[in-house]
Parts: sequence; structure tokens; C-alpha cells
Amino acid sequence: MPDGTTVAGRPARRLGTAATHLVLAAGAVVMVGPFVWQFLTSLKTFSETTHVPLTFLPSEWQWSNYSQVFDVLPFRQMFLTTVLMTAGRTIAQLVFCSLAAYAFARLRFRGNNLLFGLFLSVLMVPGQLFLIPQYLIVQDLGWVNTLAGLIVPGMFSAFGTFLLRQFFLALPRDVEEAARLDGANPLQIFFRIALPLARPGLLALTILTVLWSWNDLMYPLVVSTDPAAMPLSAGLATLQGEHMTDYSLLMAGSIMATVPMIVAFVVLQRHFIQGIAHTGSKS
Amino acid sequence: MVTPMTIGLMIFYLWPVAQTFFYSFTKSGPFGGHTWIGTANYRALLDEPSVGQAVANTLLYTIIQLAGIPLAVLLAALLNQRGLRGRSVYRTLYFLPVVTMPVAVAMLWRWMYNGDYGLVNQLLSVIGVQGAHWASDPSVALYALAAIGIWMALGYNMVIFLAGLQGIPATYYEAAAIDGAGPARTFFRITVPLLSPSIFFATVLTVINSLQMFDLAYMMMSTPGSAAGTANPALPRVRTISYLFYQKAFVEHDLGFGAAVAFVLLAFILVMTILQFRLQRRWVHYA
Repeated sequence: MPDGTTVAGRPARRLGTAATHLVLAAGAVVMVGPFVWQFLTSLKTFSETTHVPLTFLPSEWQWSNYSQVFDVLPFRQMFLTTVLMTAGRTIAQLVFCSLAAYAFARLRFRGNNLLFGLFLSVLMVPGQLFLIPQYLIVQDLGWVNTLAGLIVPGMFSAFGTFLLRQFFLALPRDVEEAARLDGANPLQIFFRIALPLARPGLLALTILTVLWSWNDLMYPLVVSTDPAAMPLSAGLATLQGEHMTDYSLLMAGSIMATVPMIVAFVVLQRHFIQGIAHTGSKS
Repeated sequence: MVTPMTIGLMIFYLWPVAQTFFYSFTKSGPFGGHTWIGTANYRALLDEPSVGQAVANTLLYTIIQLAGIPLAVLLAALLNQRGLRGRSVYRTLYFLPVVTMPVAVAMLWRWMYNGDYGLVNQLLSVIGVQGAHWASDPSVALYALAAIGIWMALGYNMVIFLAGLQGIPATYYEAAAIDGAGPARTFFRITVPLLSPSIFFATVLTVINSLQMFDLAYMMMSTPGSAAGTANPALPRVRTISYLFYQKAFVEHDLGFGAAVAFVLLAFILVMTILQFRLQRRWVHYA
């Protein structure tokens, strides 16, 4: 309700603003409160977490819970796996998606419409329809419990191609046209001109791919059976299965697994939100 | 330039859809190999009560998720008020669950839902209410799960609506104010209709995502010693289609049946999406 209350007087408007803040702040408590509780729990002893009535602050701050996560889980390895998996998928997608996207946006080649239609059809289909054959391929290649198994299918994305195509379509054609008249070939134009101009699109794709890759659960659960080869999402799911009752440990582990994304979000906030709002209005 | 992507999509996405379709008519042997069994998997779908229950659970979950949309519209409208202080702070805080790993979110909520030591019941006891064992009581677990889903998606939907609101020209509001329209009237007569394309988009996405719900349900149901979570008494009432797919294909290794379940999921997604595009003409206004 944009503030169009010129008819009402100033006090009324001030009251309205106060009410707005009250509602928004209450909402913010609901949104952030669970994270605060997660943090406080992660610093309590096991017996304190199961003590009724609950204490709000830890009576003794158990920072050792965090190091204990490394004892009950191959956490360091899982973290490294997650980073490498995320980086591998993201870099590959940036290369493959931008190449294909540029071709669809600018070049005319035989069957381009048919091919684009096929790409679009992949967008419509839920991931569950790819998963069984993907698993069988990974198994046949001996890639179960390997980084390759985690990375390779995620290197390709119809969504990313579609997203970047929209960015390339929005670029002005004149500069590319001029370069073409100067004798540059499509690849040169792509690398020297189009790609640098499409940087916001590349950033949006990076953010979305990193988020999806870091947080995805079902695929890594399927292609990794050994906790030492799992990324954090699947690894934490396993931790919960084995140390169900020790919530201080679970909370410490889950905080360490999420902090990188939270930090990235806070630093790149504007780009995160724009990237998501952009896919919101375009696709 | 399109070759690498085309090959990758062919191998890992396009051809797999055809393969999954083929597998749904087969039974897989313990050492690989697929025996053609015709429509037996699909007939088994109809006979197995867990399938119908999973469909019902998924649809109920999806319907509840839609309640998050008006909530997000309202919050976006509040945030969009001219001259509001702290807008970006609110936006950041509401958006936090969107970037948080669902596995971690589920662990956190499961702890808060704990019947004996959970924060939710502790707060309820302050107002004299005896809370349930939210994650394991069959009669409430799905609603508890749906609440987490709404909480997680709220910031995402809000950001979509904020972008939509910023596209509404201020002149509409000025005209409404001159005509003496109050905030409620302005909201329902101007904000909602002009925002309807965004609302439609968010609704379509919410339905597609909710129909595929897996990770939160999986995490909420898992119990020590059984990765499939078969021991949680609430499982039959929480198990979604996607969860059933995972369980059949990758826990029970019945790939054929799992493939058939995946096609049930696809059918629901297609039908619901087409239905929404049909209905959109009645309520979505494109300026």
C-alpha cells in the first residue's frame, strides 16, 4: 500500500508507519528467530539442550561442539567436495551455456529452432525423470562416490542456456555488426564483445548455479554412498541419521554448512536479489 | 558453439527421459538388465495404497503452499511504501531462508518441532497450549512440513512481488488518493490487479516446486538406523510423490516402479500447469 494518504493527516500517517514496522518486525523475528535458536543450540551441551524448562543462552559456551563435528563426520572432506563440485559445475555451465546461448541468440544455423525447442522441453521436465538413467550412467562409468559423478551431469543446463540467451538478445547489435564488418569471426565477436557485455547475466547464472549446487540433496544422495565422498547436503542428512539426538552437534554442523552461502548472499545481496527477480520476470 | 551443450543435454537429459519412459515398462534385475513387463508397473501404481496417499499428501502440501502467496504480496506491499526506512534490512532478513541449505533448514525446524525440548512447544506452553510431536505425529506432521515450506519460500515470492510493484506507475496511486480511496481499497483495486502477472508467475512456480517436494520431507522423516526413514510413524502421511520415487528407485532398487512414479509426477505437473495457464485469462491483467 504505497503511501498515498494525503487526505489523512500526519499523525495518522505516522501511526500507519508504526503499524507497518510492527508487522514487518514481527515477521522478521519469525524469519530470523530460528537461525538465532540454531546458533544458541549449537553452543550448548547435550544435557542442556534436553533440559526442561529450556534455557535461552547457553550456560557455558561450548565452542568445542564445532570441532567435534569434524570428529563425527569427515566434515573437511565433505566441505572440500562441495566446493569442488560447485566450482566444477558452475565454471562448466558458464562456458557451455554462454556458447550455446550466444549461438541461439545471434546465429542462424540449420535446425536452430528445432534444437532450441528441444532445449526448452528439458526445462519443462522435472529432475526426477532424468535421475534413474543419470544414476545408471554414473554407475556404468564407475563414477559412484567420485567428484566426476557429482559434477558431470550438472555441467549442462537448459535453464542456463535460456537465461543467458535472454541477456544476449537484449544487447545492442550495432557493436557486433561493426566488428563483423571489420572481419571478426563469430567466436571473436563472442569472446571480445558479447561476453563482456553480458556480465550481469553471467553473474546471475553463477549465483543461481552455486546456490542450487551447494544446496541440492537428491542427486548427491543417489550417486554417493560413502560419507567420505558426499557433499555437505547428503553428508548432513547422514549425520542426522546417525546422531539423531545430539542436536547441539547437528546445529553446529548445519551452521558451518550454510555459512558460506549466507556470507556470499550478504556480500552480493543486490546481485542475488536482482538475479532472482530477473529470472522471475523473464522466464 | 552449441555442440558441447547439445551433446551434454542429449546424454544426461533428453535421452534419459526416453529411457525412463522405457524403464517404466520394465522390471530391473538385481544385476542390471531390464525385463519388459508391459503396463504392470502402472497397474501396480493403482493397487498400491502408498501411491494414492503420496498423491494426496503432495496435493495437500501444494495447496497449503499457495497460502504463502497472499502473505508475500502483503509483505511486499508493506515494504514498498514510499519512504519506508529499513526496507533493505527487512528484505535481507526475509530472504535468508531462501539461500539456506534445505537440509540445514529441515534439521533446524525438526529441532524446534521436538515434542519434549522444542522451542515451538516451549513457546506454546507460555500461552498454556500443549503442543504435539510435530515431526512424528501423523495427524499434524504434513502441516508442520508445509509451514517450513512457506517460511522458506516467503522471501523469494516477496522479491518477485517487490519487482512487480516497482513496475506499477505511481500515477495510479495518486489518482486513487485523489478519489479518496483508502489503503484497503487501493490494495485490492490497484495493487492486486496490476500485480496479477507476478502473482500468476509465483503461483505457477510454487505449484511446480511444491509438487516436487523432497528434501524437507526426507529430512523430517529420517530416523536413526534407517536412511529411508521407514520408522517414523508419520511417514505414510508425509511421504510425497518425489519421496516415493526416491524410495522405490534408490532404496528398494525397483527402477521400473520408480520410473512409473516419476511419470505420475510429470503428469501432475503438466496438468496443473496447463490448468493454470487456462485459468489465467480470467484473472490476470496484462497492462
